[in-house]
Amino acid sequence: MQNDEIPPLGGWSEAELDQAFAAVAREVEEWASGLRSAEDVEQFRLHWLGRKQGRLKAISDAWLKSAPAEAKKQIGQRFNTLKAEIERRLELAGAGSAGNGLDAEAIDVTLPGTRRRLGAEHPLIRTWNEIVAVFQRMGYSVGVGPEVETDYYNFESLNFPPGHPARDTQDTLVIAGQERKPLRDRLLMRTHTSPVQIRTMEQQPPPVRIIIPGKVHRNDAADATHYPIFHQVEGLCVDTNITFGDLKGTLDAAMKAFFGSSVKTRFFPSFFPFTEPSADVQISCPFCGGTGCRKCKHSGWIELLGCGMVDPAVFGFVSQKQPLYDPSRISGFAFGMGIDRIAMMKYGIGDIGLLYSGDLRFLEQFA
Amino acid sequence: MKILSSWLREYVPGITVSDQELADNLTLRGIAVEGVFDLGAHGSLFEMDITTNRVDAMNHYGIAREAATIYGLALKPLDASLPAAKKAARALPVAIEEPKLCGRFTARVLRDVKIAPSSGIVAERFRLLEQKLIYNAVDASNYVLLGMGQPTHAFDLDKLEGGIIVRRARKGEKLRTLDGVERTLDPDDLVVADERKALGIAGVMGGWDTMITLETKNILVEAAWFDPGVVRRSSKRHLLHTDASHRFERGADFNAPPVASALVSRIILEAGGQPEGELVDVVIPEAVARTAKRASIRFSLREVRRMLGETEDAEGITAAMADGILTGLGCGLEHAGPESWSVMLPSWRLDLEREIDLIEEIARVYGYNRFQNTLPAFAGTVVELPWAEKEAAVRRTMLALGWNEAIATSFCGAEDAARFAREPGSAVQIGNPLSEEAGMLRPSLLPGMLDMLALNISRNVEGAALFEMGTVFSGGADRVDERPSLGMGATGHAFGKQETDFYELKGTVEELLHKFAARSVYIDHFPAASGLMPAWLHPGRSARAVLDGATVAWFGHLHPAEAERRKLKQAIWIGEVWLDRLYKQELRQPAIEDLSRFQPVRRDFSVILPDSTAYAKLAGAIEGLAIPELRSFEAKEVLRDGKLAPPGHYSLLLGVVFQSHERTLREEEVQGWSQQVISALEALGGKLRS
Repeated sequence: MQNDEIPPLGGWSEAELDQAFAAVAREVEEWASGLRSAEDVEQFRLHWLGRKQGRLKAISDAWLKSAPAEAKKQIGQRFNTLKAEIERRLELAGAGSAGNGLDAEAIDVTLPGTRRRLGAEHPLIRTWNEIVAVFQRMGYSVGVGPEVETDYYNFESLNFPPGHPARDTQDTLVIAGQERKPLRDRLLMRTHTSPVQIRTMEQQPPPVRIIIPGKVHRNDAADATHYPIFHQVEGLCVDTNITFGDLKGTLDAAMKAFFGSSVKTRFFPSFFPFTEPSADVQISCPFCGGTGCRKCKHSGWIELLGCGMVDPAVFGFVSQKQPLYDPSRISGFAFGMGIDRIAMMKYGIGDIGLLYSGDLRFLEQFA
Repeated sequence: MKILSSWLREYVPGITVSDQELADNLTLRGIAVEGVFDLGAHGSLFEMDITTNRVDAMNHYGIAREAATIYGLALKPLDASLPAAKKAARALPVAIEEPKLCGRFTARVLRDVKIAPSSGIVAERFRLLEQKLIYNAVDASNYVLLGMGQPTHAFDLDKLEGGIIVRRARKGEKLRTLDGVERTLDPDDLVVADERKALGIAGVMGGWDTMITLETKNILVEAAWFDPGVVRRSSKRHLLHTDASHRFERGADFNAPPVASALVSRIILEAGGQPEGELVDVVIPEAVARTAKRASIRFSLREVRRMLGETEDAEGITAAMADGILTGLGCGLEHAGPESWSVMLPSWRLDLEREIDLIEEIARVYGYNRFQNTLPAFAGTVVELPWAEKEAAVRRTMLALGWNEAIATSFCGAEDAARFAREPGSAVQIGNPLSEEAGMLRPSLLPGMLDMLALNISRNVEGAALFEMGTVFSGGADRVDERPSLGMGATGHAFGKQETDFYELKGTVEELLHKFAARSVYIDHFPAASGLMPAWLHPGRSARAVLDGATVAWFGHLHPAEAERRKLKQAIWIGEVWLDRLYKQELRQPAIEDLSRFQPVRRDFSVILPDSTAYAKLAGAIEGLAIPELRSFEAKEVLRDGKLAPPGHYSLLLGVVFQSHERTLREEEVQGWSQQVISALEALGGKLRS
């Protein structure tokens, strides 16, 4: 089947070249159509394209060498076409043949990949970081404070006087053995991150812009929405000429940054001892766009934040250490939100206890 | 609290908007209507959520006042008229022994009353409010409380022995309250008493013995003003939270008692009877000065603008608007300048004390959402916490190494606290714990970690690797120290096909420490004699990590006894990294070394070593050779297999890399160094395998 003889060229004209190349092409065609096994294909490849003894090379050597300079280009072009045809044939034969060498190396690409799993980020930490990042872009620095606080920082300096009913709203876990101390020095688990407002202002003269994420504790029995531990983010902005409008604008911008630019905010009067005026903030439901869904209890709005203008009484406490917090010269606003609640809402978590369970079946969903 | 829209409309007849709109408008002003329920011909029932500072709005009249102010309508005055009284032989004596605790006490005598079921509007409104009807004399008091907020009490006059005395309870004094409970009083309780006995805990609950019964003929109606603090203390002491205490402890209206007394009396008298004598009204002047006649406060529009900012109305809050709002709420205004006033405060709003309180009222009634959203300018800079970047690096490393972040409770039981504390005896106790198992502040993250691992094991996971970054506590009642810590725990096939072992844990610790700059880092066994070995670690399978001389981590196999105590059968690998110490180090900055252009040469040495030759010793010996071209070496394989090494020995495949920065290494050089390595190994008892 091998034809080692090299057909002689009839002449150098285009027609004669065409004729000669057509003959070779027929030879290729004939052979290629009979290819069956992987060995056939390999033999075909070696016969035609073998680098040292390949027939194509032999023909090329024979024809090109003797060709006059003006014909060499013509021959070269035709060789390229011929070579391309041989390669095309090889490729076809390879793809069609079950016994092809690479085919034998085939693997099951539908088997699962070997995953080097990253650890799962905790949904609270993730939400925490997202909220903090929004406010950092707005010029807020991160502030922190202790989880075990004194009565003074947790309550009194935030305008919760001793024996005031407002204290009832925050069931407090206390450290044992405090009875002999003056009330203001008694240690307790902080019930909110607000004490860090006071600590920060005592350390730093105005202006202040801080965002305070942290863990807080309450003497609450656990149920689907309550847990003795939860996390809050508190914000504080104090400067000359800070207005209620600035509070509204800041939170509106922050909520848009966090939930998307189509989210709207609305403010309702509320009461917190350490702010006045105080407000609750609702956002238009980011899940349904305000038309009503399960997450917003079909109201189109979700209550998310508490906020207000810093009460002058709070500046009064602070100015005992930092006289520049003179409420007749400066003003400010504060706001707070629950990280747990936002995370639960965002990820559709029905039971707050899951956040503190360490249950991998839950955590791994955040990988 | 439930409110009837029809009752509100009775007080403000001018309201023309629908109940729903009324509810929305109230809610926007902070008088939150949480639900509106249609009562057909009787209007609507509003389910209210009134903030604790607004005791004045915890009744129909108070909410009606808000509505009147919102719409600029007139509020109907309360009709306190009574039928003519018959002459009394002598006025009932009332003595206030504690003028600081009781600011006002009114007493009115009603004779020949008829105790009967309530009827008419009282019965109808109670039914709509789902309020339990008792009988007229009792219902009257509740009706007035719902109507205008003042708590009152009716005594069976014939059970009284002598006049009224408002005094402190005597030590050990007994009183059976209306709920039938026999209570032992405290001298800090204020009681309303007659000459012989206590009749009730002031502002909290009346007594059983003098209560109205169907046989009652003559009644004494009490309407008073008690100090918020004393009522609150009694209410808490006796765990008696009543409608009356709820209002008194938030500050009742000092001027309301005579009106309430008349309103209650009129309802009782509808079934028969007659008032006797005039109202006895004892008023303590100091209390008046603290409540009904407080000093006026200054109020200016300039301050309103400074605090609130711009509004959607171009002209902002005008003098007329401010005047209308404050007057509507019951303030008396006197001009002190074109845009400033001297403001007299209403007796029912003890929450109003300062200019800012009035500014809030303006903002509230005007409408929060009508203020422009603006952004304040800021010239400061954002300051990062010094350890923020370190914390982020630690967290990133743990996540990248495949550990899942968890958050456990901050509390643990006393036994765990004692066992896992970094310093013995330093655990902090909670005074009012949620449960015994949560009686202490955690001194370590590991008890929580072990609980979480146990939970996952009970869920039949194949493997678990958890870490937590949180605060641990130490100290005592005087002082509590908080330190950041990292806890980690793994079990089973946590990271892949292989069972988790010591070296997974060690590798993680090494990777973490590698993030930090240090002059020296080593990981070793706890020195046997140091007594530092924690009881929860397996003594033979645990280690500490020391960075620049300070122990920063301990980790290893959970002690079998501890595992047994927790009923954990699997091998558990746990460790704690003391981040407070780690954060003292700076993060390591990458330092670049020139890359060699010359090929490295690798040589592997297969050697049998006695178990007594720890790898660290061997590594030290090779480092001690100080061959500059010896670039690195590693234990490629360690086998303790009887076929490869005799008992008491192990087989080590040591890979060594030689490389020069200046030249291609010659075979003879490499041979020479290899011989040095072999000699070093042999000096340690090693035998080269052929």
